[in-house]
Amino acid sequence: MCGLLPRVLQLRSSFKMATALRFPANVSTFNNYNDLHPDWTQREVSTGTTIMAVEFDGGVVIGADSRTTTGAYIANRVTDKLTPIHERIFCCRSGSAADTQAIADAVTYQLGFHSIELDEAPLVQTAASLFRDMCYRYREELMAGIIVAGWDRRRGGQVYTVPVGGMMTRQPVSVGGSGSSYIYGYVDSNYRTGMSKEECLKFTAEALTLAMERDGSSGGVVRLAVISEQGVERQAILGNQLPKFSTV
Amino acid sequence: MATVSVCQYHPGGFSFENCKRNALLEADINKLGFSSPAARKTGTTICGVVYKDGVVLGADTRATEGMVVADKNCSKIHYISPNIYCCGAGTAADTEMTTQIISSNLELHSLSTGRLPRVATANRMLKQMLFRYQGYIGAALVLGGVDCNGPHLYSIYPHGSTDKLPYVTMGSGSLAAMAVFEDRYRPNMEEEEAKRLVRDAIAAGIFNDLGSGSNIDLCVISKGKVDYLRPHDVANKKGVRTGSYRYKHGTTGVLTKAVTPLSLEVVEENVQTMDTS
Repeated sequence: MCGLLPRVLQLRSSFKMATALRFPANVSTFNNYNDLHPDWTQREVSTGTTIMAVEFDGGVVIGADSRTTTGAYIANRVTDKLTPIHERIFCCRSGSAADTQAIADAVTYQLGFHSIELDEAPLVQTAASLFRDMCYRYREELMAGIIVAGWDRRRGGQVYTVPVGGMMTRQPVSVGGSGSSYIYGYVDSNYRTGMSKEECLKFTAEALTLAMERDGSSGGVVRLAVISEQGVERQAILGNQLPKFSTV
Repeated sequence: MATVSVCQYHPGGFSFENCKRNALLEADINKLGFSSPAARKTGTTICGVVYKDGVVLGADTRATEGMVVADKNCSKIHYISPNIYCCGAGTAADTEMTTQIISSNLELHSLSTGRLPRVATANRMLKQMLFRYQGYIGAALVLGGVDCNGPHLYSIYPHGSTDKLPYVTMGSGSLAAMAVFEDRYRPNMEEEEAKRLVRDAIAAGIFNDLGSGSNIDLCVISKGKVDYLRPHDVANKKGVRTGSYRYKHGTTGVLTKAVTPLSLEVVEENVQTMDTS
């Protein structure tokens, strides 16, 4: 499975092609419209997204929206971007859907193998390093922004962020995806150290709601998960149950 | 300092920019005695839905080669294994070969494990192959089947991403079909209701998308049984000509007849024997 991402064709960074259809000669160069080949048949599937993870004493809270887009069309409005990598380690995916799914599958395999060899639960840092190695090695071919979060016995709840390019760093709070730009201010002003699990859940849900409100590529439901020593609790907050802010 | 660019990209909605230009062009062309070009068609409508006892897959039957209908009744629902079928949109050759390759590998895998193949296995194989080719294989698939864990339905995109959902549509007619699904889908439908829903979704694609047409094929997969209904519904019957267009001999009068004999002389003659053994 290590050959899953081989040294591939030099492409992708400038030219995305969802199908093998070519532009016919009557396409105008100024107006990007072409009725014969609508926009969304040619765009790659992207998890536009807002993802977030917060550490608390005893675990982590992770959250994501549920929208996957191909151009202007929403291909999946109930996506689950919180992907289990191991029993108590999850990753939040943003960027190209195909790239992040393939990376997550590869890391799940590698981590599972490693865990069996060790005969104990893997560390969150190990999972994050595996993501970092893959995202950095193939940085020219991939478009993936990933937040790795989980609980292990050595260091408790941890959040590591692996943005596009392949850097890896541990942060108490991390946001990612196209919608994250809109909530940096909210996160920076509202985060406090020593929040409880319930406070973290509320904080995450509110931040994601605000981002979904403003970012066109984020929307749907808010998916939350709490990872701790006891295990994983998952929940989804549907559209009508989202926290309400100003009515502007 | 912002400079207004003359050629601005319109992000969405209908652009009325070209209507005035089109009207002028149309008038000019008609003055010369020609007609403006007709609309052209590309694409497909495929969809699938999970119902109480299994999955129903549906597809239209038109294959286009650029501006021409290459096949009025092609089969877009491909066999993967006795309990798994796959609809394909995009480049016809790509969907055909991809599904055949995975079908072959899955049969070998099934013989090796001694078990009926699972839909998740077919999904894994397809997504890993499509990802390996980085989207150059233009195959957008709707994979459905019933295995030991119940009915499953996946949509698989050319770049290798997949979604596991209760109802999916793909192809250029997918928006029309999805509109029908979003309106009338319910979980745990009966077989007849599910078939009607898929039939209506494909019909929406056929009649509202320029790229899809002809008949509606259905494939109903349930535990131990597969109904491959081809065609399930002939939505577009060829019309019957109302008049006879054959002319009697002598309808066209002959005004003059001129015969010019061409004298040819044999310059070279060579014989090539055909191997008929």
